[in-house]
Amino acid sequence: MSKLIVSRFLQAIPTIWIIATLTFFMTRYAPGGPFDSERAIPEEIKVKLQSHFGLDQPLFHQYLLYFKNLLRGDLGPSFKYPDWEVSELIATAFPVSLTLGLFSLLIALLIGIPAGMLAALRQNSWLDYLPMSLSMAGICLPTFVLGPLLIYTLSTQLGIFPALGWHGPSDWVLPSLTLGLFYASYIARLTRAGMLETLQLDYVRTARAKGASSLRVLTKHAARGGLLPVVTFLGPAFAGLISGSFVIESIFFIPGLGKFFVTAAFNRDYTMVLGTVLFYATLIILLNLLVDLLQAWLDPKSREVR
Amino acid sequence: MVYGMPSTPNPPRIDLMGHLSIKNLEVSFHTREGTIRAVEGIELAIEPGEIVGLVGESGSGKSVTCNSILQLLPTPPARVDNGKVEWSGKDLLDYSESSIRKIRGKEISMIFQDPMSCLNPYLPVVDQVAEPLIIHKIYNPAEAKAKAVEMLMKVGVKRVKEFPLSYPHEFSGGMRQRAMIAMALITEPALLLADEPTTALDVTVQAKILTILRELCSDLGVSVLFVSHDLGLVAELADRVVVMYRGKVVEQNDTASIFKNPQHPYVKALIACRPTLENTLWRLPTVEDFMSHSAEQKPHTQKKGAHSRFLHPRKNLLVGKDLVVQFTSENGPVRAVDNVSISIGQGTTLGLVGESGSGKTTLGRALLNLVTRTSGEILFQDRLMDLGTRKSEMYFRKSMQIIFQDPYASLNPRLTIEQTLLEPMMVHQIGNSKKERLKKVIDLLEEVGLGEEHLARYPHEFSGGQRQRICVARALSTEPEFIVCDECVSAMDVSVQAQVLNLLKSLQDSRGLTYLFISHDLGVVKFMSDEITVMQNGKIVETGSAECIYNDPQTEYTKQLINSIPLANRSVNFSF
Repeated sequence: MSKLIVSRFLQAIPTIWIIATLTFFMTRYAPGGPFDSERAIPEEIKVKLQSHFGLDQPLFHQYLLYFKNLLRGDLGPSFKYPDWEVSELIATAFPVSLTLGLFSLLIALLIGIPAGMLAALRQNSWLDYLPMSLSMAGICLPTFVLGPLLIYTLSTQLGIFPALGWHGPSDWVLPSLTLGLFYASYIARLTRAGMLETLQLDYVRTARAKGASSLRVLTKHAARGGLLPVVTFLGPAFAGLISGSFVIESIFFIPGLGKFFVTAAFNRDYTMVLGTVLFYATLIILLNLLVDLLQAWLDPKSREVR
Repeated sequence: MVYGMPSTPNPPRIDLMGHLSIKNLEVSFHTREGTIRAVEGIELAIEPGEIVGLVGESGSGKSVTCNSILQLLPTPPARVDNGKVEWSGKDLLDYSESSIRKIRGKEISMIFQDPMSCLNPYLPVVDQVAEPLIIHKIYNPAEAKAKAVEMLMKVGVKRVKEFPLSYPHEFSGGMRQRAMIAMALITEPALLLADEPTTALDVTVQAKILTILRELCSDLGVSVLFVSHDLGLVAELADRVVVMYRGKVVEQNDTASIFKNPQHPYVKALIACRPTLENTLWRLPTVEDFMSHSAEQKPHTQKKGAHSRFLHPRKNLLVGKDLVVQFTSENGPVRAVDNVSISIGQGTTLGLVGESGSGKTTLGRALLNLVTRTSGEILFQDRLMDLGTRKSEMYFRKSMQIIFQDPYASLNPRLTIEQTLLEPMMVHQIGNSKKERLKKVIDLLEEVGLGEEHLARYPHEFSGGQRQRICVARALSTEPEFIVCDECVSAMDVSVQAQVLNLLKSLQDSRGLTYLFISHDLGVVKFMSDEITVMQNGKIVETGSAECIYNDPQTEYTKQLINSIPLANRSVNFSF
């Protein structure tokens, strides 16, 4: 197990390096710069700003400097929010996104897995058709439609939850629901497919032949194999969830990380783009490792291969 | 018509405990393609302590019968249309799911064909063996586990004592099936349903499993329904044999009588079409011979000459010298083929026998350069095999072909038969035009017993035997000299096996082909081969003419291989 962890960390180094390099040069070659805004800045101020941030240096020199700082864990200052370090910006926004993501995931799992299992157990009955049609709708319905719909019904009309903002737990419900229902739909379908495949396997028949009850067959024998595809999906899904969603954050006015992803790119805020991309990449790598560990725990065969 | 039904009309109803009686059972499968009547009114009874063999080819309804006893058939598509399954005087088919659960694993247990897929890969074996005791609340979990270890030791699974957390994938096939037996018998049921329990195993392992099954069942007084496609194997174990054909029981009688005096033509055919070690036929009789002709008519079979077919030693077509194939595994390098030298004469068949893991498949593939050899050299038609250039690679690939075990997996499901057969010809530029190639393809299909009408079809539209014929045709499409037949009839029923073996023999005759015939079945190998090589642990232990190997085995291992073959398959005194 520790061998797996160490080797993954070693593999992560070149991955991160490649991502950082590509992002670095792509943003630099994109037209425009951090100080080109609609309101023109006087030329001498722009030159001064550029020299302050080292942008007048040769590109390769800047690249080396960025990596030198990166190795020390320094993501640099933001070009657009000059009083802030990139790492500070991420540190303030990430807890918000993390909370939103965790709750969405919780909703997704609590709805998706039971719905999928039920559908698989009662294949081709209304308990299969109903959740599966709903999940298809959930996948097709964009969050920018579902979000306002939920606001309209649960907030404007019924007044149960607040519509906007991010102040207390009651604010978390609607955005988590909006984000979570999409993932719940996906997880329900994955669970159903996985369980259907597992339920017709020979070892499930063996369990039945022993006299095991349906519940025991499901929980003790079928669930592990049936949920493996869901676990595989969870890694990237979780990374996507907790790194913020621009759409959700815009609809519900949430000060999360997603906003920075998009605005940093628009603003040519070089260090901010690099910082958020690297943060996201690291998250994905870490979560995939977590998924692999989870899989190893679920599937004894995969423990040996590594 | 049912021959040899037991003559007791109404058994006295004194004690029906542990008495199974299937009456007029009818089961059908309803799918979109239509209705298949799998079991059409069968009658079967098992007395307490009796071992009954249920024999038939795939699709005969034997497994369906077996699975319907405990309501384990998937419904839908399966449906029991009629009949009764009386157990201790009560009809099991009337039981609700929750009441049949109390019978399953406690009064009636089951073991299945493939112990790998039938054990849960995610749970330790001990837990699975202990589970029936926990489900039926016979012991608490801790006691059940202790009892499971004890039971596993009894069937010879010693690993669990040392490694209590062993998972199924850490066991060999034989050990897994032992664990299945332990799991089925741990509750000391009254009846054991064994559905092809040794089919997926090597002969030597099969022999051991049968011994365990026989001893344990007689110790515990368990009656057994032993389902198998192999009549010879059933004869080893069963007191009485029931033969099924197309959903019906065609004959049942005590074991000795069935072999001595089979009545139904299908049963006669089953006994005759399996190559045994003693018969020396040149062509095997097939079920069709028996079913289409009257049973008395002598099928067209010829005896093989007492000597080998060849008076003079043939020139060697293929020579392998000091071949080594080494794989790296976790526990260091493993030599799958360990310093093996073989030679195969032009137009002859070399049989290669050994248990799974003995390296016979790897050797076959190494000879074709389908796996890379670590060292050693191969001479083909006196030419040193070297695939360095595209030109020499084309030459060797064209002249050497292979037929695999599983005709389902080895045909591309998305290509029509025409495409499958045309492709090798196009690669090797055989035939000058599309028209000429197509003509060749049709000729090939006819040669293997299929026809032009099959050209546009896809593999899934064929039966297993037909698919293997297509694989034979594909191998022939490059006009090769040498073909490796890698367990190419192992997955088949005896009747289909006989047809394919006959086809391979007649092709050898008409085309002068040279075969390397790999199989774990000594009877089949002996039927096909001029010479036999026995492999064990990557090494050759013995080589000799087919007759010599059987009559006078030189090594302990070969003797053991021969002795593991069910007696009835070694010598069937059956004359036409």
